[in-house]
Amino acid sequence: MNGQSTAAVRCQNVVKTYDTGGDKVVALGGINLEIHMGELMMLVGPSGCGKTTLISVIAGILDQDSGSCEVFGADLLHLRSGEKLKFRAQNIGFVFQAYNLLPSLNAVENVSIPLLINGVKRQAAERQAAQVLEQVGLGARGKSLPSQLSGGQQQRVAIARALVHDPRLIVCDEPTSALDHETGHNVMELLKQVALHRDRALVIVTHDSRIFGFADRIARMDDGHIEKVVDSAEDL
Amino acid sequence: MNHIALKMLMGDRGKYLGIIMGLTFASLIMTQQPAIFVGLMMRTFSFISDLGLPDIWVMDPKVQFVDDIKPLQDTKLYRVRGVAGVEWAMPLYKGLLKARLDDGTFQTCNVIGLDDATLIGGPPVMLEGKLEDLRRSDGVIVDIDGATDKLAKPPQTPGGSPVPLKIGDTLELNDNRAIVVGIAKTTKTFQSQPVIYTTYSRAVRYAPRERKMLSFVLVKAKPGQDIPALVRRIRETTGLAAYTQQEFKDLTMNYFLKNTGIPINFGISVTLGFVVGAAIAGQTFYNFTLENLRQFGVLKAMGTSNWTLLRMILLQAVLVGSVGYGLGVGLTALFGYSMRNTILAFKFPWQLLAFSGAGVTLICIFAALISIRKVIKLEPAIVFKG
Ligand SMILES: Nc1ncnc2c1ncn2[C@@H]1O[C@H](COP(=O)(O)OP(=O)(O)OP(=O)(O)O)[C@@H](O)[C@H]1O
Ligand SMILES: [Mg+2]
Repeated sequence: MNGQSTAAVRCQNVVKTYDTGGDKVVALGGINLEIHMGELMMLVGPSGCGKTTLISVIAGILDQDSGSCEVFGADLLHLRSGEKLKFRAQNIGFVFQAYNLLPSLNAVENVSIPLLINGVKRQAAERQAAQVLEQVGLGARGKSLPSQLSGGQQQRVAIARALVHDPRLIVCDEPTSALDHETGHNVMELLKQVALHRDRALVIVTHDSRIFGFADRIARMDDGHIEKVVDSAEDL
Repeated sequence: MNHIALKMLMGDRGKYLGIIMGLTFASLIMTQQPAIFVGLMMRTFSFISDLGLPDIWVMDPKVQFVDDIKPLQDTKLYRVRGVAGVEWAMPLYKGLLKARLDDGTFQTCNVIGLDDATLIGGPPVMLEGKLEDLRRSDGVIVDIDGATDKLAKPPQTPGGSPVPLKIGDTLELNDNRAIVVGIAKTTKTFQSQPVIYTTYSRAVRYAPRERKMLSFVLVKAKPGQDIPALVRRIRETTGLAAYTQQEFKDLTMNYFLKNTGIPINFGISVTLGFVVGAAIAGQTFYNFTLENLRQFGVLKAMGTSNWTLLRMILLQAVLVGSVGYGLGVGLTALFGYSMRNTILAFKFPWQLLAFSGAGVTLICIFAALISIRKVIKLEPAIVFKG
């Protein structure tokens, strides 16, 4: 395990095909990718190239057809479904383009959900959630409903929700594309400051070239393959 | 996660109220219609209920229900009195006679003739006058509904309201004069004719001459008698039909159940109410789940088990079910209360609560099941879809 200790994610020859009524769409055509601990990895590439499919496999919410994808040494495809749920609940944090906050829950309640899923009692969960909201600069808005918050604020609540249970891998799909440039920039700064950690890895799918600068490495995808992995946007 | 399920449900007021309304409607129809049905069915034998004193009713073996009069010879009364264990046996006349009203029109009335000496079988409540006043010559007692409605006298001024019959007024029954000596309150029966009480001998005089006039023999058992055994003894020694009060009620009600369209009509409206209510409530609840599918997907992606999601949906179903049921039953009770002084038949026994409760439970289980199926089959990967 020694050599693997720095690899948060290791994908080997991952293939995923969608079957849409006769037509087979090859979304991932043999992906090889390694994401290191303490790293912010961006996944970029044209629309339809398979970015979302790849992070779905990495996050354990979609099963690949073949190949292996190890996350912290665990091969998600071969976990039993109960174990896989538990693995996700403990190790993965999600940030979505559309925030995906529960509209009838206030900020604190939304943030507390991953803790509740992990069996923390409601009171303790909400106390902890309030602390994390403080960290993302929304300490005063705990009682607000998502509809009462701006897009940037909602995304900050979502980031708090992705962090609250201290997961080891955070996956983000287009976290800034619903936000204006400045707000997107602030959200990235927040992610880099608060979420990135040497025991944790971040995978961010994005189109948004203005935030490429936040990446430690960038993987460029095209048509279901990783074209290249580079250290900075200039090399793309 | 329970409070999250409840907040999801109640967060959207409009949809929440929609589901509740569907279930309220379903449970309203499932209680209100059967309540009217039960009320109607109890009316079929309310004459027997009103006449609470006798233990046993004796009649011609061919009688099928309380209004199905097949007269007996008067001598049968003495045969019944002779049976061991009988404390007393009294004659009762019951028949439909035409009354001529002041304005010359005729009205069919239900005439009840009571034993001249004891007046056993009289109305349950006297509003005016006394039962004993029947002993005065030509005396009759009229029920309040008949007196104020079908037997009322024509308005004194054109366009005015009819004048209720009162003590001292006269009627003509088959060309015989009758004087109102009392007004009684009776429980409404299935037939809506006015009820006129008089003595047995006078009733027989009013009625068209026939060889047999005795409608029923009312029997009281001696104290400590085994009633079913006495019923058997009366049957065996007289060759007549004898029923306990309850048996006679059941006989009457079963006749109406078997021979009228009432059960079918109510059965249809209850079934329709159930189906429509189930469709509305099931549909709104299912829609609610569909619209929240993304939220369920997010919970699923974050590691919520199907089992927990199932519990959440069940909790939501139980909540809307109980609220809808409570409102529906409450509205039914309110309906019954507001109709208490009208002609409407309405009875609300606890069995009905259980019946509609079971109905609403079924609807909720059905709604929850189709929703749960959808959520369990849900792919968590949808959370990344825009
Ligand atoms: N559920 C699905 N069923 C069928 N085909 C799908 C499904 N999801 C994705 N695909 C197809 O798989 C391919 C990869 O899709 P994916 O969503 O991973 O692309 P993406 O890189 O995230 O694109 P975008 O930048 O537009 O979000 C596309 O051709 C898409 O049409
Ligand atoms: Mg995508």
